[in-house]
Amino acid sequence: MTELRKRGEGGGGGDIDSTDNISDKEADADDRLGLQGDAEGECDDSKAATPDVPLSTADADHTPQCLNKALEGLPPRWKNYWIRWVLSIAMISGFVPIIYMGPVTLILVVMIVQIKCFQEIITIGYRVYHSYDLPWFRTLSWYFLICVNYFFYGETLADYFGALVQREEPLQFLARYHRFISFALYLAGFCMFVLSLVKKHYRLQFYMFAWTHVTLLIVVTQSHLVIQNLFEGMIWFIVPISIVICNDIMAYLFGFFFGRTPLIKLSPKKTWEGFIGGFFSTVVLSFLMAYLLSQFQYFVCPVGFNSETNGFTVECEPSDIFVMQEYTLPTAVQNTLRWETVNLYPFQIHSIFLSSFASLIGPFGGFFASGFKRAFKIKDFASTIPGHGGIMDRFDCQYLMATFTHVYIASFIRGPNPSKVLQQLLLLQPEQQLSIFHTLHFHLREKGMLPSSAE
Amino acid sequence: MAELRHRGARDTDPALQQQASEDKGSDSELKVEKDGVSDSESKVDSGVPEVPVPPDDTPEVLNKALSGLSSRWKNWWVRGILTLAMISFFFFIIYLGPMVLMMIVLCVQIKCFHEIITIGYSVYHSYHLPWFRTLSWYFLLCVNYFFYGETVTDYFFTLVQREEPLRILSKYHRFISFALYLTGFCMFVLSLVKKHYRLQFYMFGWTHVTLLIVVTQSHLIIHNLFEGMIWFIVPISCVICNDIMAYMFGFFFGRTPLIKLSPKKTWEGFIGGFFATIVFGIMLSYVMAGCRYFVCPVEFNNDSNSFQVDCEPSDLFQLQDYALPSVLESATGWTTVRLYPFQIHSIALSTFASIVGPFGGFFASGFKRAFKIKDFANTIPGHGGIMDRFDCQYLMATFVNVYIASFIRGPNPSKVIQQLLALRVDQQLHIFNSLKAHLTEKGLLPALEEAAA
Repeated sequence: MTELRKRGEGGGGGDIDSTDNISDKEADADDRLGLQGDAEGECDDSKAATPDVPLSTADADHTPQCLNKALEGLPPRWKNYWIRWVLSIAMISGFVPIIYMGPVTLILVVMIVQIKCFQEIITIGYRVYHSYDLPWFRTLSWYFLICVNYFFYGETLADYFGALVQREEPLQFLARYHRFISFALYLAGFCMFVLSLVKKHYRLQFYMFAWTHVTLLIVVTQSHLVIQNLFEGMIWFIVPISIVICNDIMAYLFGFFFGRTPLIKLSPKKTWEGFIGGFFSTVVLSFLMAYLLSQFQYFVCPVGFNSETNGFTVECEPSDIFVMQEYTLPTAVQNTLRWETVNLYPFQIHSIFLSSFASLIGPFGGFFASGFKRAFKIKDFASTIPGHGGIMDRFDCQYLMATFTHVYIASFIRGPNPSKVLQQLLLLQPEQQLSIFHTLHFHLREKGMLPSSAE
Repeated sequence: MAELRHRGARDTDPALQQQASEDKGSDSELKVEKDGVSDSESKVDSGVPEVPVPPDDTPEVLNKALSGLSSRWKNWWVRGILTLAMISFFFFIIYLGPMVLMMIVLCVQIKCFHEIITIGYSVYHSYHLPWFRTLSWYFLLCVNYFFYGETVTDYFFTLVQREEPLRILSKYHRFISFALYLTGFCMFVLSLVKKHYRLQFYMFGWTHVTLLIVVTQSHLIIHNLFEGMIWFIVPISCVICNDIMAYMFGFFFGRTPLIKLSPKKTWEGFIGGFFATIVFGIMLSYVMAGCRYFVCPVEFNNDSNSFQVDCEPSDLFQLQDYALPSVLESATGWTTVRLYPFQIHSIALSTFASIVGPFGGFFASGFKRAFKIKDFANTIPGHGGIMDRFDCQYLMATFVNVYIASFIRGPNPSKVIQQLLALRVDQQLHIFNSLKAHLTEKGLLPALEEAAA
């Protein structure tokens, strides 16, 4: 959600903006929303407040040559909007085959996105602090990224690939002492940082150290939550992301047609009409999407690692939330619709909560990113995607959503992972195992799961 | 470890250095400064602008008692007395038990957080930003709630299951913590003021990094404490001992500077401190490993609703015979030696405290130079702030926690039971059967039960 994007060309032209916005389908919502609101205010603000950002890659033209040729007849504003539209379609179309290719590809894509986001934010930090020439610092930032990724991926692998890890001897060693090894690697980086402190640049170096750590906190931890959601079932990956995208688009459309009252001073182009309209339409659309996706085992089953074939499998007996159930409608709704019961997947009820979060709280992630860009006087995080800015610009709302989905699943959906519990059980002392065995025996007998003759 | 502390007085007086040796507490870094290159630090100071540190916090009683002495001597006496006071206080709270220790850790954590945030405010002149003080303290509360909730759920499992409101709080604990944090996040976004965006983002980042450093590590200390008070006392003592020993060795033999960041540290002090700390660690472990009070995991007794430290000491704390390598055999004439296995572990802990621990001190020194402050605060007269005393301890606390998790204990049984009971019944059955097979293999289940099954 980029606020201060290419608005240099006296972008107050309301009519041109409105035509173009219809064609932009992707998460350009805040731009389009703004057009109905205080378009002039935003432009003046951005032009006046943005001094020449040094080395601003965001302003360079990264458009591929073929697009340039195809559009060379059009005036620059139209060309700009067409480029953004083409890229939007390209991104959405790219999303679909990636899902088709399966979990491994998705994990790789998440990792690539994470690395690119990290790089974008760190580059901004360098520019803000003019710290390109600090000794060691680039190396150290990337080193910390590798350490933290190693730690998180190791934790994930040990959980989900338990059988594979047990088989291979070096992997077993790495898994057993994983925390210690990660900590040792991190400490090595910490000591290198201390040894690299240079007399005149202490403050800069500490700033960059803190900047790196906050970025790691935001970017890396949440990309791992995304992957953990993925392992629960691809539907927990696809639905939240689609909901956020859908909210952006719907909020734009409602803002475009009905927008009148500004929402927040930080983003003057957002309107209350867009916000509320986006909320209701997102809830409805996600309800429908949940219905569509819940039918397929491919989306619904937890991703498991098959030791024999050494590949991922998504086959299972769908859990209760993906099995159609009958719900009795409350009497008020009964009278209006004249249906008594309705067949729903329980997951659809959950999707209502997910979409409510995405519509009501998700935009705060966007405001945060807008505030950040204004604070550091940058237009976009980077210029990776022509017409859209950097990867961070596309993903800023997704982060809060990923964390929320993860916490939601942990609290309301699944219990602990059984293989992990078994693994921990086997590590305990024999007396402790025996006592747990008796407790479990008693518990299962009470529940009637064990035939009484077993005692 | 305060580098740039009260260095106004010329401290090349040998009499003063003798005086310094009386200081027993964690004053060593200052003592290390006394020897070797004592002037370079002072020269650095001349470039430091005056930091608004409150003048003299010394209690009146001390002032009166020392009114006769010259100001330098008075300074040293103040520090000596405070050092002794701190060490005695440490012994006293150990005696009072785990509950008091936890409260103390919490208080220290809050004070450290407050000190670092105050520095951030003064660096960014952001005293008047709307909401910001409130938000910083709110985030501290949230993160503490999250961590304490996780700890309480683990260790007080039966108590939590008994009380209905506690049970709900613990079942949805992550969700509640996340909701609280989100509220703070949204408040931050709503509080962004047009002209102060950058300052506000800086303070937001500063708060989060501080939380990361201070709060997570104070919780690791509490985890260590629950393993057994020895895991709390020995690491802290090793760090303090390393400070003192490094000073002593530096004082007597110091010649070669160690690192440009702290010109008063010397290689002789570093290496001497290393060996001395290892010896100290071994002896301290020997003394403590014999007492149940220190060695047993802290448990919560449901019936008496209090903490107890009573148990059968684990293998680590039982004397065992070790065969000496032949080199030592010929040197000392002993064939075997009786040691607690814990003493071997203490070697690893002391090594870390001596070699990597000082980097925490260098980090804090660099931080203070970067922001041109002498001390983190002026809480302890003569010593500076709480952070000055605890900066080396943080790395140590994390290391001990990782060490315990990797090499000593396995998972916590009550946590495993808790997870087991939260699973679906068919999963429980599957685990039950696997466990049964495993235990039968190990011969732990009587064959009678096996025959009946």
